[in-house]
Formats: sequence, C-alpha cells, structure tokens
Amino acid sequence: MDKIPILRMGRFLLVTIQVDLYDRLALNLESDLVQMVSKTGASGVLIDISALSIVDSFMGRILGNIGSMAKILDAETVVVGMQPAVAITLIELGLELKGVHTALNVEKGMELLHTKMAPIEESEEETSDSRVE
Amino acid sequence: MTKKQSIVMKYDASKILQRKKKSILEEWMKNQLADETLREDLMSNEDLREQSTELLDSLLKTINDNNIDNGESADFENVSEILSGISISRARQGFTPKETGLFVLSLKDALLQTLRSEISDNPEALYDSSMRVNKLIDTFSVVTFETFIKGREEVILRQTDEITEISTPVIRVWDGILALPIIGTLDSARTQVVMENLLQEIVSSGSGIAILDISGVPAVDSLVAQHLIKTVSATRLMGAECIISGIRPEIAQTVVHLGIDLSNIITKASLASALRYAFTLLHLEVRKVGSKDKTLI
Repeated sequence: MDKIPILRMGRFLLVTIQVDLYDRLALNLESDLVQMVSKTGASGVLIDISALSIVDSFMGRILGNIGSMAKILDAETVVVGMQPAVAITLIELGLELKGVHTALNVEKGMELLHTKMAPIEESEEETSDSRVE
Repeated sequence: MTKKQSIVMKYDASKILQRKKKSILEEWMKNQLADETLREDLMSNEDLREQSTELLDSLLKTINDNNIDNGESADFENVSEILSGISISRARQGFTPKETGLFVLSLKDALLQTLRSEISDNPEALYDSSMRVNKLIDTFSVVTFETFIKGREEVILRQTDEITEISTPVIRVWDGILALPIIGTLDSARTQVVMENLLQEIVSSGSGIAILDISGVPAVDSLVAQHLIKTVSATRLMGAECIISGIRPEIAQTVVHLGIDLSNIITKASLASALRYAFTLLHLEVRKVGSKDKTLI
C-alpha cells in the first residue's frame, strides 16, 4: 500500500504529497503525522501540496484536522504551494482552513515556520542563560 | 405534355435570365445607385458593382428550370455562401439591416423587370415565372438577414470578451506586490475571472501581497462583498496576503448598513496607503534622498 513519507528536518516535519490523495491514504497520513509529531516533539509541520490538483470536502477537512491536531500537540502547520484551482474549490466549499498557516512555496513556508519559532527560541535561551548565571 | 408545361418550356425563366444577364446587372446597379439609402461613404460604387456581379454570376450559373423555385436546394450553396460573405462584411462595416436587405431585394426588381419585358405576350407564363423568382429571392433575403444578424452578434460577443479581458489586468507594482484594479460592476462570472487571474499571477510571480483596488466599482451589495471576501480567502489559502483598497465613503456606509463583516480583511482607503502597508509587511522603506547627503559630497 502507498504511504506518504514524513521527513524530519530538525525541529520540523516535512510532508510532500506527490500522488493523488484518496480517502484511506489521507486518513493514514493524518494518524501517521500526529504519531510522528508526538514522537519527535516537532514544533512545526510543513505540508507541500503543490502536486495536488484535485481536492474534495473530505480532503479539505483532513488538512484542517491535521492543523488542529498539530496545534494541540504544540506544533504549527504550514500548507504550501496550493494550486489556484484548489484554493478556489476550497473556498467554494466553505473551507477556510482556519487553524493552518499558508505560504506560496516551501522556501517561504520554512521562513514562516522559523519566524513563528523565533520568539519561543529567544525565551528558551533567556531561561537557560538565567540558569547558568 | 400538357399545355402548361409547354408554355413553361417555351418561356423558361432561367434561360431568359441567363441570356439577359448583362441588362439585369445594369438594371440592378441602376436600382441600387438610384436608391437614396446608398452608402457611398461605406462602400465605393466599384466595390458594389463587383459584389453585385459576383453574386449575379453565381446565381445565373446555377439557376435552371428545376431549382428555380427552391432556394434551399444544394445547388445554391455557392450563392448562399457569397451572400453570407457579403452580409457579414456589411454587418461589420456598419450597414443598417434595411440597406443590406435592399441590396438583395433590388435584385428582385431587376429580375422581374426583365421577365416582364421578355414574356410580355403571355400573362400566365409571366405570372408563373414571376412567382418562382419571387420565391427564390425571398429565400435569399432570409439567408441574408440571418447571416447579417449573426455577423452583428459575433461583433457583440467579441466586444464582450474584450471587455472582460481588459477589465481585469493584474499589475506587478513592486517585487512581491501585485495590484488588481477592478473597474465596473462585479458579478459572479467576473469575480471568477478576477480570482483566477489573480491566483494564477500570484503563483507565476511568487508575490506575497496582492492589493485589490475597488475604487472603480460603482456599488457594493452583499453579493459583491461576498465575492470580495471569497477572493481574499482564496488568496490567503494560497499563502499570500490580500489588501482591499479604494473603498469610498459611500461604499463603507453601505457595507456597514448591510451588516457585512469585513474585520478579517485588511482594508485601506487608497491604493497609496495599501502600498505603504505592503512595504511595511515586506520590511521595505521609502525614503526621500535628502539634500544633506548631496552637500556632503
């Protein structure tokens, strides 16, 4: 059975969807990803859907769910590279992916994750510094 | 052979018309030139003569005793084609339907005139052939009108396409900033085009900010506002930020009175302030080159 690989890059998880998502595959991705976030303690998830040309309401909901679940586990989700047709479809379906950040491409998505993490890093550094003193 | 058939044979209208081609053409041209609706400003007399000759040639070549009263027969395909061509070109040149109609109908006069002078000795045969020619030319008139209107409709369709196309340009105002001035009423079909163009351009240029300027939109109702909100949401899904600018005071009033919530959308009064905001988002700064620097040099 097909499986969508989840790559670990430092504190982030990277998922690139290169095949057409069918329902079972999407559900598996959802559970795998949540497991992975919990296991690695990742603070950011980046999902590249630039190769995805068709979405339906189910897929839209899955994307939103992944965002919300990751949020509960203290990780930000960024969806990058959405095709115009996909964006229009999701809007027409009334799915605005509220809990998910979006970016134009992987590069910008990574940048966004880094800026989101920056304040946390600083505060962590401060606390560790104070401990040293 | 009945008596009637022999009469028809003797007074074969098609043969007569073919024989008298030259005089028919002269008569027809005379009719057309004498008509007060003649449009010499749109078409020179030489061109008119050329058109008339071409049509008459083709008509008399195909006409025979069997098809003379059946204008829809396949024999006249060529004639219909020429007629359609003339009709469409006239529609584009700006002739009125009346002028185009008279072009064909004046041919009928010329044909009937010829028949009358040729078959003057036999009223029955004259009536018979006149009716047939009448019927034939009437069919051609219908063809002419149909293609004339089709020609006009084509012009209208082309213009509509052109308007939709030119009214939704996506402009790159800065590296990473797109502007989309919307002029005219927004309806569902146009919003779709606007949205598609904008999203496509965002992808191809990799721009992070889009400014939607609606200073050219005459009125905003709840439907238009809905469309705008959809466009902004779609841009956000793509990972870009969308700013709406050019909201006139009247529009602000209507939006609030209609109870439309635009609080999730960044709105700016003018394109200039939207651009300034976009610059701050991109951490850019516009500065005046001070005179102080020059004196230092």
